[in-house]
Parts: sequence; structure tokens; C-alpha cells
Amino acid sequence: MINKIVNSTAEAVADIFDGATVLISGFGEAGSPIELIHALIDKGTKNLTIVSNNTGSGHVGLAALIENKQVKKVICSFPKTANSVVFPELYSKGEIELELVPQGTLAERIRAGGAGIPAFYTPTSIGTILEEGKEKRIFNGKQYVLEHAIIGDFALVKCLKADRYGNLVYNKTARNFGPIMCTAAKTTIVQAKQIVELGGIDPECVVTPGIFVHRVVEIPNPMEESVLVAENRRYPWN
Amino acid sequence: MELKIKGWDINFVAKKIANNIPDGSYVNLGIGIPELVANFIPEGREIIFHTENGLLGMGPVPEPAKADPELINAGKKCVTAIPGACFFHHADSFTMIRGGHIDYCVLGAFQVSQEGDLANWSTGEPNSIPAVGGAMDLVAGVKNIYVITQHVTKNGEPKIVKQCTYPLTGKNVVNKIYTNFAVMEIIDKKLFVKEMAPDVTSEFLISVTDAELHFI
Repeated sequence: MINKIVNSTAEAVADIFDGATVLISGFGEAGSPIELIHALIDKGTKNLTIVSNNTGSGHVGLAALIENKQVKKVICSFPKTANSVVFPELYSKGEIELELVPQGTLAERIRAGGAGIPAFYTPTSIGTILEEGKEKRIFNGKQYVLEHAIIGDFALVKCLKADRYGNLVYNKTARNFGPIMCTAAKTTIVQAKQIVELGGIDPECVVTPGIFVHRVVEIPNPMEESVLVAENRRYPWN
Repeated sequence: MELKIKGWDINFVAKKIANNIPDGSYVNLGIGIPELVANFIPEGREIIFHTENGLLGMGPVPEPAKADPELINAGKKCVTAIPGACFFHHADSFTMIRGGHIDYCVLGAFQVSQEGDLANWSTGEPNSIPAVGGAMDLVAGVKNIYVITQHVTKNGEPKIVKQCTYPLTGKNVVNKIYTNFAVMEIIDKKLFVKEMAPDVTSEFLISVTDAELHFI
């Protein structure tokens, strides 16, 4: 029997090891798996490389993971959002590494990782400082830059509904990086607002097929990052 | 330096752009001033707004009680989805952008060069936190790149220049520049003035522009 459901976030992240590369879904707070990230803080895993579009805000979720000195490097397109204080401070002090990647290149590197494509050429960043040091090639008279796939040891993803096979649907623009990150990690761990019976998701409407998912944990009332930030909360809880 | 000549109001500039976008277009608006364009789409025109975080058919800002933190735009502000809208993941969203499926993108600028180079993501200051987002993908892939900006900085320095001094977002990517003083078009790496605000003369425009202007 296939049953990808696990009972707690602690169990879900139990094997994330020091030095792992972890893909974390979300665009700002939309789609950020805050409960799974907090479980990773509880676990205390160190020297992580985090692949995520942003670096979190306030002192909860991804920002708290960084503040807790568990992250040595982020691969990211936009590390400074409103209320983002932790990353800018550590970066200015030289205490965290940043690989800045254009957003579409970041998405395609993850997609490629999940699709078994080791690298690809893209026109994005040609003529800018972000093409420096990268292999270039001309196709049909136009220049392109070689970008390499990203594969995570783990992905932490938030979705709306899941079943025990790992089929997923998302909520609105919280989908963002979730579906591609699910495909690009050796172990994909998902927090779902609701776990439904098999057949509870119309097969025509499955966004992430269960084959890409390894663990699902139900979080019926996920916290909202912006609310926690407005209340000046910190994780571990102050 | 306070300029006596004000040119057009920026809302009027946004309206000019909106009037130039044909019915049926797919449009991506940058964060900030470019978002004004959405306020001026002429009655009867169906324009579909794309936001790169994963929504085609972005609607206006909701009333606060109906705001959903999982329904946001690229600036992470709450928006709505129009009937007929759809959601998609980031690789699909940037397939729309990089693959040339989006018709128009309107962006802000720190500087635009006379050959259409755009600098709008970093001032290159040593202590700044670099953040690029989707800007480089948009200019690499969208069919028409329009810039909306004040013609000069708050300190009166030209933003339309021979060569950008800030780090580039893309080279030879801008098609049209809409400022409070003029509408300009870049054709074959030359900058043509298409229209000037009523209180703007060509002498004045030259004096606030650090680029070679061609008047037609």
C-alpha cells in the first residue's frame, strides 16, 4: 500500500541532513511552508543551501531559519522584500552567501533539474553582469547563456489539498514554485491544508502528480507570515 | 534643481500608454508607476494582465475585507482574479515571458540609453543587496518593452542617457520611452522624439537629456 502521509512536521523533516540543498516554495509568504520550516528550525540542521525566490520577512519562517544560522547560502532572485531584515543584515556582514539568479532562470533551472536536463541556454541576462563567467553560444544570430539545472536533496512545499498518493492541488498564486520544486528534489515533503481520500481530487485537476511527492503532512490551519510579522513574533516563539 | 517646466502628469503618461495597447493584448506591468496603466484601459478594450508570480487575468485591488494573502501580484500586494483568469506555476509563467507570448511589458527605469539599454534593477552601490526578480527575463522575452519614467531624477539628473552607468537589465531592449516631457521611440539604435508635452520645447528637452535626440 502506498501511503505518503506522515503524522507530524518533525517526522516529515527528520532526515534532512547538515549541508543539504533544500528547495523551499513560496513567493513572499504565498506558498511558503512555514510549519515545515519551523520544524527544520527545531531540528537545528546546519550549513543548508536554500533555493527560494525570497529570503523571508520579519523573524519567522524562512527568515527565522536564516537568523538561526542554519543557512550558509541562498540561491534566490529577490532577497530583499518589505519587512526583510535578517538576510540583508547577515549579507552586509558577509555571513551568508548569495547566488543571485533572474526569476525565470531560477524557475527554469529547477524545472530542468526535475526533467533530467542538466543545463540549457537562455537569452535572459545577456549583456548584464549576471552573465559574467558563464558559457555563451550563438543560435540563429542571437546570444544565449548556459545555465545549469538545480536539484535539491529535499523540497519543502505548501499546497491546498493532497491525497495519500501525493497528488496535489494548490491555492491561487500560492502555487508559484511548488509544482516545479516537487519535481526537482530527491525527497519532496509537502504540507497540505487538507488531506482528502483517493479520488477526492478530480484527476483532470491534479496539478502535481503524486509520483513527484514523497511525504505529506496535514496542517489544517497554517499560520500567515504577514500576521506573525505584524505581531512582531519570532521563531522559536518569543 | 527645481524645473519650472513640469510636462505631463504621470497619470496622463500612463493613459497615453494605455491608449496605445490594442484590444486583445497580453500585458505585464512592472511594480510601482507602471501599475497606473491598468487604471486607464479604454472602455470596450479587453486587455489581459499577466503577473509573473502566476496569474493571467489579474483584476484590481480588492477591498481590504476580501484580500487574500495567497492571491497577490509580483509586488506581493493583494489583487483579484477576473472571470476567465488562470493560475500557473513559475516555469509556465516564464515560458509565457521568455517564449515571446506576452505582447507588452511596461517597466520603470533608473536609466535608459539612446540605444535602448535599460537599467532598472540595481544602482550598483557597494552596500546594496542585489535583487533582480523577473526584470531580466521580461526584457529578454516580451515583444514590446515600454518604459514609463520621470524624464529626470529627483536631483534633476537625466535618466535618458548616451550610456547607462548603472548595471544593465538588458541591452537594446526598450522600444518606447514615455516620460513626463516626451514620448520617444528607439528605431535601429537611434532615439526619435515622437511627441512632446505642450510646455516642452526641443531646446528644453535636449537640455534635460544626456542622449542624442532625433526630432521628426
